[in-house]
Amino acid sequence: MAENESVFSELEKRLGVSRRTFLKFCSGVAASLGLPSGAAMAMAEAVANPKKRPPVIWLHGQECTGPTEALLRSEQPSLEHLILDLISLDYHQTLDTGAGHQVEDIKKQAMAANKGKYLLVVEGAIPVKDDGIYCKIAGETMLDLTHEAAEHAAAIVAYGSCASWGGVQSASPNPTGAQGAPQVLKGKTVVTIPGCPPNPANFIGTVLYFVTYGSLPPIDEKGRPKWAYGRLIHENCYRRPHFDAGRFANQFGDEGHRKGYCLYKLGCKGPETYNNCPSLEYNNIGGGVWPVGVGHPCFGCSEEGVGFNKALFSLSEVQTHTPPNMFPAIEEREQSSGIGAGAAALAGAAVGVVVGAAAMGAKRLDEKESDQK
Amino acid sequence: MSQHQALGGRILTKPFLFLTAIFLVGVYFMAQRFTSGMGEVSNLNGGYAWGIWVVYDVVVATAFACGGYALAFAVYVFNKGQYHPLVRPAVLASLLGYALGGFGAFFDMGRFWQFYEIFLPGNWNFNSVMLEVGLCVATYIIILTLEFAPALLERLGMKGLLKALNKVLFLFIALGVLLPTMHQSSLGSLLIAMGHKVHPLWQTLQLQPLLALLSALIMGFSIVVFEASTSVVGFGKKSESHLLSGLGKITVGLLVGFLLVRFATLILQGKFGLIFSSGFASFMFLLETALFVVPLLILLSPAKRERGSQLLIAAVAMLLAGTLYRFDAFLITFSPGPGFSYFPSAPEIMITFGVVAFELMAYLVMVKLLPVLHSEQHA
Amino acid sequence: MKRRDFLKATLGGTAAVACSGVAEARPNLEPADNAVGMLFDSTLCIGCKACVAKCKEVNEMPPVIDGDATTWDSARDLSGDTLNVIKVYRDGEAEVKDREENGFCFEKRSCMHCVDPGCVSVCPCTAMRRDEKTGIVSHHPDVCIGCRNCMVGCPYNVPQFQYNELFGQIQKCQMCNQAGVGRIDNGQMTGCAEVCPTGATLFGPRDALLAEAKRRTELKPGETYNYPRGDVSKPYSHHEKRVPEYLQHVWGEKEAGGTNVMHLSAVSFDKLGMPPLGERSAASIAEGVQHSLYNFMALPAIALAGLTYVVKRNTDDDDKGGDA
Repeated sequence: MAENESVFSELEKRLGVSRRTFLKFCSGVAASLGLPSGAAMAMAEAVANPKKRPPVIWLHGQECTGPTEALLRSEQPSLEHLILDLISLDYHQTLDTGAGHQVEDIKKQAMAANKGKYLLVVEGAIPVKDDGIYCKIAGETMLDLTHEAAEHAAAIVAYGSCASWGGVQSASPNPTGAQGAPQVLKGKTVVTIPGCPPNPANFIGTVLYFVTYGSLPPIDEKGRPKWAYGRLIHENCYRRPHFDAGRFANQFGDEGHRKGYCLYKLGCKGPETYNNCPSLEYNNIGGGVWPVGVGHPCFGCSEEGVGFNKALFSLSEVQTHTPPNMFPAIEEREQSSGIGAGAAALAGAAVGVVVGAAAMGAKRLDEKESDQK
Repeated sequence: MSQHQALGGRILTKPFLFLTAIFLVGVYFMAQRFTSGMGEVSNLNGGYAWGIWVVYDVVVATAFACGGYALAFAVYVFNKGQYHPLVRPAVLASLLGYALGGFGAFFDMGRFWQFYEIFLPGNWNFNSVMLEVGLCVATYIIILTLEFAPALLERLGMKGLLKALNKVLFLFIALGVLLPTMHQSSLGSLLIAMGHKVHPLWQTLQLQPLLALLSALIMGFSIVVFEASTSVVGFGKKSESHLLSGLGKITVGLLVGFLLVRFATLILQGKFGLIFSSGFASFMFLLETALFVVPLLILLSPAKRERGSQLLIAAVAMLLAGTLYRFDAFLITFSPGPGFSYFPSAPEIMITFGVVAFELMAYLVMVKLLPVLHSEQHA
Repeated sequence: MKRRDFLKATLGGTAAVACSGVAEARPNLEPADNAVGMLFDSTLCIGCKACVAKCKEVNEMPPVIDGDATTWDSARDLSGDTLNVIKVYRDGEAEVKDREENGFCFEKRSCMHCVDPGCVSVCPCTAMRRDEKTGIVSHHPDVCIGCRNCMVGCPYNVPQFQYNELFGQIQKCQMCNQAGVGRIDNGQMTGCAEVCPTGATLFGPRDALLAEAKRRTELKPGETYNYPRGDVSKPYSHHEKRVPEYLQHVWGEKEAGGTNVMHLSAVSFDKLGMPPLGERSAASIAEGVQHSLYNFMALPAIALAGLTYVVKRNTDDDDKGGDA
C-alpha cells in the first residue's frame, strides 16, 4: 500500500488530476469494460507505472483528423494529459511539434527500437487505387506506410470510421479506392473504434485495457471492442419507449419532435447502428448531448454501410429481432394447457369404470341366464 | 292399470352415497366456476373454445340420451309394439340425459346470465346451426317431460289429467321423433363450419348430419340394451335378452348404414389414403372403426345375439364407438392451428363427473319411487 | 293408403327435398360495396409493436404481463385482453429478414374481417354482424350468450373469450369502428394503421388495397418503391425502400371467400400460421346444408305431419289392442 501511495502521488503530479478523480475514472472504464472491481486498481497501477508506457506510432490517412480533435477535447480527468502521459507518443503527425525529415527519422528510430512492442494507431482511410498514390506522406504512400508500420506492431488500432471501414471517402463512387485498415491489413488483427468522430472514451478504454493486460479486449467480427459496440443504439436509447408505444416525430419541429418522441420516422439509424452513445453520450458535456439527445436522428456514423451510405432520412432496417424472447413465436399461445396427472388419471378412471363395469355385467348376465335355464 | 311399477326399496344405498360424494366434489368446482369464472376451473383456451363440457355433456350425453328417441322410432313409427316395455325407462333416461345436457350447456355458457337471448326471436340467426340445436334441444326437453309425465301422474293418481294427456300424447311422440332427428343431425352439422380445424378423416361436410344421426340412433339403441342389462344385474330383474336381441338386429342395419356412408364418403372425397397416413389420427380412426365393427360382428351372429352378455358387450362397444366418433371429431384430432393444445383439467372433469353422478342418482331415485320399470307379469 | 306406403312416401319425399337442397347450396358471399380493410405487408414490418400498443390504447385494454419477468406488455397471442399482436417467424439462425430458411419475419395477428365470416354465420344470436356497407365484422355482447361457437367457427381463431372473468365477453378487433370509438365512421383510419411507422399496416378501401398489393407483387425485387403510410387512398407520407422478393400471393384475396384484411409476405403463409383454406368458405357449405334442411321449416313440417299421422295410427292400434 505504501508503494501505491508513492506511485499515486507521483501520478497526481504527472497527470494533474486528483487521485480520487483518477481512480473514479479507472473504475468507470473497468465497469464499462465489464471487468471486476479489482480491475480498476490494476488499471490505475498500470497507468501509474511509467515503465509500462507503450510507445505509440500514430498514422493519418484520408481524413479530417476529427478523431484526434475529439480526443483532444476529452476531459475529466483531462484526458489529453492522460493520453500523452499514459503512452509514449513517439509519432503523431497532428500533435508533433517537429516536422519534416526530423519527425520521420524519429518514427523510423522508434519503430526499430521498439520492434514488436509498439502500438500502431491508424486514423483515416487508406486509398489503394493506382497503387495508393492518392495519399502520400513524406513521399511515401499511406498504403506502404501502413504496411510498414503494421509489420512489427504489437497491436493495431483503427481509430475512427475512415480507418475502420473507409468512412466518407469510401462511399460510392469511391474514386480513390479508399479502404479501412482491416481491409488493407488482411490477416492481421485490427481493433476498430469506428465513429465520426469516434467517442474518445471508447479509444481510451481500449488502450487502458491494453496497457493493463498486455492484450486487446474481446472484439466482434468487425474488430469492434464488444464492451463499447455490443448493443444497438436503439436498444439503449431513452426514446425507445416512444418507439414501442408508436409515438413518432413525423417532421422536424412538429409536436412529436418537440415532445421528444422517437426519431425513427425521420430516418434515425439507431436501430441498425452498434454503439454506446445513449449510455456514454459525448465528451462528458452532459445534458444529453449526442445526436438523438439533441433531437437529430442517428446518422449511423460508426456503422459500415449505414453512415455516408444510406440516405439521411430513409428508414433504417431495425435489427432488434434479438433477443428472441421479445416476440412471441407464431405457435405461441395464451393459456395453452398440458395434461395434468390428476386429470389424466380421472379420464383413465372413467374409461376403466365403463369397461370394467361392462365386463362384470356381462359375466353376471351369463350367470343369470344359465340360472334361468 | 299400469304395466309399470315403482321398484321401491332403500334409496340411500352404498352406490348412491358414492355417487353423492362425486356429485358434491362436482358442486364444489361448479361453485368456483360461478364465482371466479371458467378460466379458474377449466383448461379452455383460444383455440379449443369447446372442451369436454360441450363435447361430453352436450354432444355425447344427448346421444346417450337417444334411447327414448330410438325406441319411439321403433315402437311408434315402425309399430314394433313388443318393445313398449322398454320405452318408459328409456324416456326417463333421455329426459335426465337431455336435462343435464341442457344444464351442461348452461354452465359452459360464457354469458350464462343472459342465456334467454337465444330464445328471443329478434336475435335469431337462421344461418346458425347452433340456433337450431339450442332451440330444438330446449323444446325436446319439454317434450320429454310431457312424454314422461304419465309416470308421475300415475304415481300421484291424477287420472283426469292423465287421460287428457294420453289423448294428445301422439302429437308429443311425433315431436319426440322429429326433434331429435333435427338436433342430433345438427350436432354433426356444427362440425361443417369448423372447416379445416376438423381432421379430414372426420370432416365429411355435407354428410356430417347423416353420420351424426345414424350414430346417435346406434347409441340410442345401445343405451336401451345397456339400461335393460343394468336393471337385470343391478335390480335383479328378469333377463330380457329375447327382446333386446331384436333391437340388436335393428342396430345391425344402422351399423352397416353408418359404416357404408363413412367409408363411401372417404373414398368419394379422395381421403381413403389418409386412413393409414395420418399418424395418431389414423390410430384413433382405426380404433373407432374397430369399435363399430366388433359389435357388428357380434350382432350378426344369431346365437350371440341371444346372449345377454354378448348384447351388453356389443352395446358398450357401440356407445364407446359413438363417443369416440364425437370426441375424435370435436377434440382429439381437432386442430385449431399450430401451438394450441387442450386436455381437460381435473376440476373440469370433476364437474362433468358430478353431472353424470347426479344423473345416475336421479335415475335411481325415480325408478324406485315412480312406476318406470316394466312389471314382469307377462315378461 | 297403407301405412307402410305413406311412411315410405314421407321419408322418400324428405330425402329428395333434402338432397336437392344440398345441391343448391349458396356460393360465397361477395365483398361489401364499400368494404374497408387493411393490408399488412410483412416485409415492411419492423416489429416495433406500435400497433399493439395503439390497439390497447384505443380499445382500453390492459397489458398482458408474463409473470414477474417483465413490466412490458408481453401478450403471446390474441386473447380477451389483446386484439392485435405481432409475432415472429424464426428459422435456424434467423439471420436475414424475410427469408424462409435461416431467416425471420414478423406477422400480425388480428381479425381478418372475412368477406364470408364464419363467426357471423354460426352465431345463434346475431351477436356477430357483418356491416353491410363496410364489411366490418363487429361483435355485440349485449345479445351474446357466450356459446363460443364463433371461436371454433373462425378459421383464424380470432374471437377470444375472457375466460378469467366471471362476467367475461368475446373480444375481437372491430376495426376501431365499435360504438364509442367509431374511427372509421368519423373518417379516421384504424389505430394500428395510423401509428405504423413503415406503412406495414395500411388502411383503406378493400379494392384499393388489393390493387396496391397486386402492384407490389409485380415489382422487381431490388427496385425501390415509394411505400405509402396510413390510408392507401390518401397517404399522409411515403418512404422509399428496396422491394423484397414478395410471394406471388395476396393472402385474403380469395381464401375462404376472401378477407378485408389482407397479408403480403416473402415467407410462405403456412409458416406464418395461416390455416389451410380453399376458396370456398366453410360457412357457405354449412349454411347450404342448414338451409336445405330448414328452409321455411318446410321439411320439418312435412316430416311432422307424416310422423303425427303414423304415430296416431300406431297408438290407436295399441289402444285397441289394450297394450298402451
